[in-house]
Amino acid sequence: MRFTLNGALAEVEAHPMKRLLDVLREDCGLTGTKEGCGEGECGACTVLVDDTLVVSCLVPFAQVEGADVRTIEGLGTDHALQRHFMNEAGAQCGICTPGMIMVASTLAPGATLDEIRVALAGNLCRCTGYEAIYRAIHRAHAEGGQ
Amino acid sequence: MRSATTPLTIATPRTLADALSMLRDEPLVPIAGATDLYVGLNFGTLEARHFLDVTRLAELRGIAVRDDLLVIGAGTPYTAIMQSAVVQQRLPMLVQAASQIGGVQIQNRGTLGGNVANGSPAGDSLPVLAAADAVLVLRSASAERRVAFTSFYTGYRASVLRSDELIIAVELPRVDGRQWFRKVGTRAAQAISKLVIAAVRAPLPRIAVGSVAATTVRLPRTEAALASGAGIDEAANILEAEITPIDDIRSSADYRRQVAANLLRRFWLDTGD
Repeated sequence: MRFTLNGALAEVEAHPMKRLLDVLREDCGLTGTKEGCGEGECGACTVLVDDTLVVSCLVPFAQVEGADVRTIEGLGTDHALQRHFMNEAGAQCGICTPGMIMVASTLAPGATLDEIRVALAGNLCRCTGYEAIYRAIHRAHAEGGQ
Repeated sequence: MRSATTPLTIATPRTLADALSMLRDEPLVPIAGATDLYVGLNFGTLEARHFLDVTRLAELRGIAVRDDLLVIGAGTPYTAIMQSAVVQQRLPMLVQAASQIGGVQIQNRGTLGGNVANGSPAGDSLPVLAAADAVLVLRSASAERRVAFTSFYTGYRASVLRSDELIIAVELPRVDGRQWFRKVGTRAAQAISKLVIAAVRAPLPRIAVGSVAATTVRLPRTEAALASGAGIDEAANILEAEITPIDDIRSSADYRRQVAANLLRRFWLDTGD
């Protein structure tokens, strides 16, 4: 099955009912996307499908045929959000972090705290208490965008 | 995922006609945003093995006004409903419900038709459809029929939908009066409702509640009492007798009965002049 993965054409043989999460991790080797709850509650496995945020544990692979999939790996290794999540200790155990950053990457610079909170309502963090995450996003935005 | 994928199949029709032919020929479970179905698959509790992808059917998506009916395609996700100017204007209680379902990721994938088909008594959009006197458009390969939303369910997660039918659209007549919606859960987002209520303040008030019976219910006796000028205390007593909540993992029957009465009072207070 063909789809676009982080900007490049991907052709992957996998069961059409396999979860997108498992296809990414097992068939594509992209283990940046994490599994938290496996029931769409925690947001750890958030990726972008056709520029739309989805939890990849609830997406059948068949539904991404021809789609544009972007994962945390697609942001590269020196993204402002990644740096500020590190600097502000916005990541502790790190399981929620890729999902948090994927959501944050869709926010317009200058988003208010309320807007950030609503956007991240589907992403649970059990370590940080969220404040460091909000701070990291604000700092990344202040640096001139995403 | 606890369910093995090997025995699972999914058909991926590109047109509604093809989808309906497939449904006529074999029993398949339609799958849209998968936000409920895949929870069951992940936990190994879903018995269905053969599925029909409906996300590529353009005929199921979109929001339009036809003959003064607001028509929402069954495959329309909550995000599109929240962003629709015509829904915001005509049915703000549906926008409120959609914006309190899950988080952004679930709102992007979950669909109105999926919420109806899933048939959970806690479905957050369902009291809105009940209070708005919605009509469901059901179609098979051979016929189309319309069913009042309030006649759709026959029991807990059971409905009049036949295995060869798809829910195509939800038709919503204009709602006169002030609309009111409230969801009670453990937190503001990502919560499955302990109780969910949609109501309309009009000469004939409408009140619909979820998570207080085997299906989402309208409360005709409470509505009639308010319409005939009964005081809110009397109406609240009638409501408490009219609902049949249970104890479950999310809440208790006593709590639900008390909160339902409180919400009725709040509705009446908020929408009074």
